[in-house]
Amino acid sequence: MVWAILSIKVENKPGILFRVTHLFRSRNFNIDSISVGVTEDKKYSRMTITTIGDEKQIIQIVKQLDKMIDTIEVHRLDVNNSVYRELVMFKIKVNKPEDSMEINKLASAYSAKIHDAKKESIIVEMTATPHQISAFEELAKKFGLKEMARTGITALEREEHEH
Amino acid sequence: MSDNNKMETMIGATALMKALEKEGVKEVFGLPGGANLPMYDELGKSNIRHILVRHEQSAAHMADGFGRVSRKPGVCFATSGPGATNLLTGIATAQADSAPMVAVTGQVPVSMIGKDAFQESDIIGMANPALKYSYQPRTPEEIPTMVKQGFYIAETGRPGPVLLDIPKDVQQNEGKFTFPDEVRVPGYHPWTDPDIPNTARAVELLLSAQKPIILAGGGVIISSAFAELQSIAELLMIPVVTTFKGKGAFPENHPLSLGPIGMHGHAEANKLMTEADCVLAIGTRFSDRSVGTFAEFEKNLKIIHMDVDPAEIGKNQTTSVAVVGDVRASLRIFGKMLMDKAVRTSDDNPWLKHVKEVKQYWRENLKIHPGEMGAAKILRKLRELLPHESIVTTEVGQHQMWASLFFDAIHPGTFFSSTGLGTMGWGFPAAIGAKTARPDVPVVDIAGDGSFNMTENSLATAVLEDLPVIVFLINNSSLGMVAQWQRTFYDRRMVGVELNKCPDYVKLAESYGAQGLRAQSMDELDKAIKTALKSDVATVIDIPIDPEEDVLPFVAPGTGLKDMILPS
Repeated sequence: MVWAILSIKVENKPGILFRVTHLFRSRNFNIDSISVGVTEDKKYSRMTITTIGDEKQIIQIVKQLDKMIDTIEVHRLDVNNSVYRELVMFKIKVNKPEDSMEINKLASAYSAKIHDAKKESIIVEMTATPHQISAFEELAKKFGLKEMARTGITALEREEHEH
Repeated sequence: MSDNNKMETMIGATALMKALEKEGVKEVFGLPGGANLPMYDELGKSNIRHILVRHEQSAAHMADGFGRVSRKPGVCFATSGPGATNLLTGIATAQADSAPMVAVTGQVPVSMIGKDAFQESDIIGMANPALKYSYQPRTPEEIPTMVKQGFYIAETGRPGPVLLDIPKDVQQNEGKFTFPDEVRVPGYHPWTDPDIPNTARAVELLLSAQKPIILAGGGVIISSAFAELQSIAELLMIPVVTTFKGKGAFPENHPLSLGPIGMHGHAEANKLMTEADCVLAIGTRFSDRSVGTFAEFEKNLKIIHMDVDPAEIGKNQTTSVAVVGDVRASLRIFGKMLMDKAVRTSDDNPWLKHVKEVKQYWRENLKIHPGEMGAAKILRKLRELLPHESIVTTEVGQHQMWASLFFDAIHPGTFFSSTGLGTMGWGFPAAIGAKTARPDVPVVDIAGDGSFNMTENSLATAVLEDLPVIVFLINNSSLGMVAQWQRTFYDRRMVGVELNKCPDYVKLAESYGAQGLRAQSMDELDKAIKTALKSDVATVIDIPIDPEEDVLPFVAPGTGLKDMILPS
């Protein structure tokens, strides 16, 4: 099984997200994460979908997406040559006053930001790779993780090396 | 885009009719209702013929049959809500068999969408996975471009159904219109340049094979690649099998023809398919019904796959060489490369000798039902009396598979069936649609009683619209294919398959003003077919047969073609 990042440029029109997600459902593929936003050209949106499957399945889903009339470009990004990040928010329990300090330290080690520091909880915002997010999540669990929200991955491929 | 710059003022429904006329639409199949009244009002004023159905599912099947025969999208109309949902089975059938269709539904007014209005259904949401594309205009001005794009999408590349869902106020409101002569659809690229390098590789691979075979699919029929296919087969002396959907891609009376492979393929076709070492597969999606199990099929077989749809390459089978593009264009290049190489195969090679022996053996030794009115005999009688250019449709079930086995499609592109979705009730309305497209040739629906029940009220359409098709009703008074599976796999525990000789099909036909004939002997059948062919009214020929007759050979689901069950 491989993990793939698909970057899909679509027309910025209503109903397209529905068609794309419906394709995954009807072809029996899984969406691991999805993020959508407008591109530099307001006529288009970019969907970044991560999915897990065997190589044959990934090739097939790329072809099926490509075949869709609403998709302008479909790229499977080279995971080793792309910048991919996800934004996540953790609401972490503060059990005793020292926790606050600890969470602050931890957050700064991960270049995360602190929001809404209350006596009972702290909201931490971080932008990181899924791997880093999992690592932080494990650490946060020690205090007690009240809630977590993730945006799904967004990604861009690095430019080719110039020869 | 070279638009006519003159803006014309009219309501959306008028613009719809004008846009349809501009696409060359001469007839639509449909049924009116509350939400499509404005379009019907304008349809009445237009030059387009309306063919009234008694159930919207039949309208979709008629449009489908029309589309497959004429290779131009058939058009069906239905109102919102249940009218639209009744089209769904027909839309899904067209999608499964890549048939061009444009379905136009009425929708509740824009301001009512999402309010659970009377006869509101989210038909775009419901039909999405069964559609090639869909549109819902929110202003009348969008209609002409959507119609133009819709037809373009429906008929190009791998054809399919397109839905236009038009809210009632969008039909009624006035707008200022231009009608585009050309459209661009940014994310749609149905044409690819001919793939020269891979075609060259395909030629090399096929020429290096010891036991080559050609597998022709429905794509050959869709792209009219008959002549190209035949010339390559004859040049290389390679035997041709087809998928069931590809039946009619290659003349079945040709010495190189082995007939369809698959679950109920010809014994010789299945046998030789499993012996081949290289297949040139053209316009096929390797359905499980054709190939049995995927892994078993590709064992010891090199696959050259030509298809217009890149997503079909590698979906079900591993290919050695893939040639993406219109199969007719690809075959032309393939043929030209063979000509340039001055390749010619003599017919005394050991493979071809073996092929001939196997074919002859099965043509002589396949056991058929001993009764006078056995399926093979009645279908061979139909073939004997029916002119070769006649169009044949089928329903779904035993009769369909008997037609595959015992009715040879000789003239190219004259045999049509619901092969992908397997929709009972498809054949009769599809035959009516086919007759609309080709009034000059006889059109016969080879039917079973169970399937005919599903859309038999289309008799009204056939009679009143003067579309005299023939229903060749192979009547075993049961849901025969299910009965066969219950006999074979469920120890003869027969559940829900007995139809108890109800209704009387002669009386049923007559009650609609059609001709009803019953044939209980070969003599009666001979007369009935001749009478029907001369008749200017739709005819149902009721042919009672032995309800215990099975379809054989049979490749059981989940097994390979080599495990074919033969008649004992």
